[in-house]
Amino acid sequence: MTASKDIVVTNARGLHARPAMQFVDLANSFTSQVTVSKGGPEPIEVDGKSVMQMITLEATQGTQLNLKADGDDAEAAVSKLAELFESKFGEE
Amino acid sequence: MEIKKGIGVSPGVVISTAVVLDAEDLLIPKRQVDAAQVPHEIARLERAVADSIADLSRLRDSVTLRAGQEVAGIFDFHLGVLRDKSTLRQITDEIKKNQTTPEYAVSTVMRRYANSFLSMSDRYLSERVKDIHDIERRVLRHLIGQKHEDLLHLTSDVVVIAHDLLPSQTAALDRTHVKGFATDVGGRTSHTAIVARAMGIPAVVGLGNLTAEVSGGDTVIIDGTRGVVIINPDADQLVEHREAGAKLERLGTELRELAELPAQTRDGHSVSLQANIEFPEDIDDALLHGAQGIGLYRTEFLYLASETEPSEEVHYAAYTDALRRLNGRPLVIRTLDLGADKYTQAKAQSPERNPFLGDRSIRMCLHDIPMFKRQLRAIMRATVNGDIRVMFPMICTIMELRQARMVLNDVMEELEDEGVAFVRDIPIGMMVEVPSAVIQADQFGKEVNFFSIGTNDLIQYTLAVDRTNEKVAGLFCPAHPAVLKLVRDTIRAGARNSISVSVCGEMAGDPLYTLLLLGLGLNIFSMNGPDIPEVKKIIRSTTMEHARQVARRVMSFDSERQVMHFLREETRKIIPEAF
Repeated sequence: MTASKDIVVTNARGLHARPAMQFVDLANSFTSQVTVSKGGPEPIEVDGKSVMQMITLEATQGTQLNLKADGDDAEAAVSKLAELFESKFGEE
Repeated sequence: MEIKKGIGVSPGVVISTAVVLDAEDLLIPKRQVDAAQVPHEIARLERAVADSIADLSRLRDSVTLRAGQEVAGIFDFHLGVLRDKSTLRQITDEIKKNQTTPEYAVSTVMRRYANSFLSMSDRYLSERVKDIHDIERRVLRHLIGQKHEDLLHLTSDVVVIAHDLLPSQTAALDRTHVKGFATDVGGRTSHTAIVARAMGIPAVVGLGNLTAEVSGGDTVIIDGTRGVVIINPDADQLVEHREAGAKLERLGTELRELAELPAQTRDGHSVSLQANIEFPEDIDDALLHGAQGIGLYRTEFLYLASETEPSEEVHYAAYTDALRRLNGRPLVIRTLDLGADKYTQAKAQSPERNPFLGDRSIRMCLHDIPMFKRQLRAIMRATVNGDIRVMFPMICTIMELRQARMVLNDVMEELEDEGVAFVRDIPIGMMVEVPSAVIQADQFGKEVNFFSIGTNDLIQYTLAVDRTNEKVAGLFCPAHPAVLKLVRDTIRAGARNSISVSVCGEMAGDPLYTLLLLGLGLNIFSMNGPDIPEVKKIIRSTTMEHARQVARRVMSFDSERQVMHFLREETRKIIPEAF
């Protein structure tokens, strides 16, 4: 089972160390594989369970990302992870 | 393959696997490991990562309590990077693919991470590179820390490569498996050299940045005779050095045959050749080399070998063990000689500005009477088990000697009150190792039963040279006429007071000075066991008449160069292969 969703990074500092950790911690609580991809001139797809890879996305404010999950809890994973972005990682 | 030239400080050749004690700043060179070693190296890596994670969790918890969740968040990131499966996988892949050490693999992957941060245009993210360095250092510390541990639990023979060996490190070495030393710094009289010679294993010091060029698991040849270290030697070098090692071994066998023969000159004058030891176990080897007793038992290693001060029972057990091994031969116990070089100033509550002129040795003991008494009680109790003599180190003034004797008298009284058996009239002596003791030797001679000249300290305090400081170590020379006069005067003062005099410093074991010391009338030479046969060979090949002539001639010279040149010539006449 797969699920995916497009989101936009809205928090001011983007996906820096702490939000990336929050994302990875949450992603690791699901059994599904989580991948995050960025389009644009240098498209890149990374493992959503690896903090180092998430950081290399360089997802600053305004960046468009695609969340994808593949596994039994794919739906839940995508919707919960998307909520993190919507809540701006509790920053503001 | 790489050849490094240093100073050979203990002869012999050894070919073995290296264990590296890295310096604190972590320079990690690329080093290959055997394919067979790979699983072991990966296990080391996993342990280091797990230990780092444990550290960080503790840190995060305590920081959370003190400074709150927000500040502690930084450790979450560190933890995240280390728990990141792709981190561990990348490092493991490096080890497997390139067969490198985990240290190098960690550095490689962390450098890759750091570069990807640095290339980010977002300044907030690019600053995270500091965290990557931080993570790298933590894991490396754990990796290298494991090696320190490993030194205590060796299962196969190794050679130890270090920046400089600390006395506490050598005290904790597994002596059965360490077969050689090589260090970045040090000189002929450094601690490493002394320990290597006592153990009879090859050592080369002053090799520059050897620790950066060797890594654990490398094959290393240490040629202490020629002062050469070869890293990962080729086949030809292996053959050549194996032959050299075998030849030295044959020479050693010849010299050991001498062990049975008396230390007597051709005209019938006998002297006593004794050994310096650090541990009772050293005695067996010393006796094999022909030692007639122990002229110096350095008891400070009892203190350095453990974290806490040894109890009276630990002392007593060591002394009794030593006496049992000696089987009636004499044992001269030097009371605690800690401080300065042998004591980590870092451990002290307030590090001294000038430790060599500070609270060391007998001074330290007289400042801590309960500790001093524990050792003296153990010594006195052990007197019933064999021939024990006790000597006090670093005596500078007559009052120090009297105070030390008073403490010893107190101890005897206490033992008597308790009904504990001991021998009251054991010989009591002092080390002569500062110029003031020599100048007042006639006064001291009336209050002790023997003198023992500690040439290393005597030279240092006479010539004002720190022998561990490479810049001035060249000035440290036993052949300096001023030093020789002090040695002669001490021997004469001993004769006038009818007490015995020994030399227990490096000079006694250096064949260059054998003729001279013999000619000056020295009765006891105490040295590292392996040096005994060669010194004995010289004594057995000469006459007192010749030795006295040599001494007279030497005492007329005004420079150490003349002295050394002349002694070398005279000794070569007796043993052409000596130098």
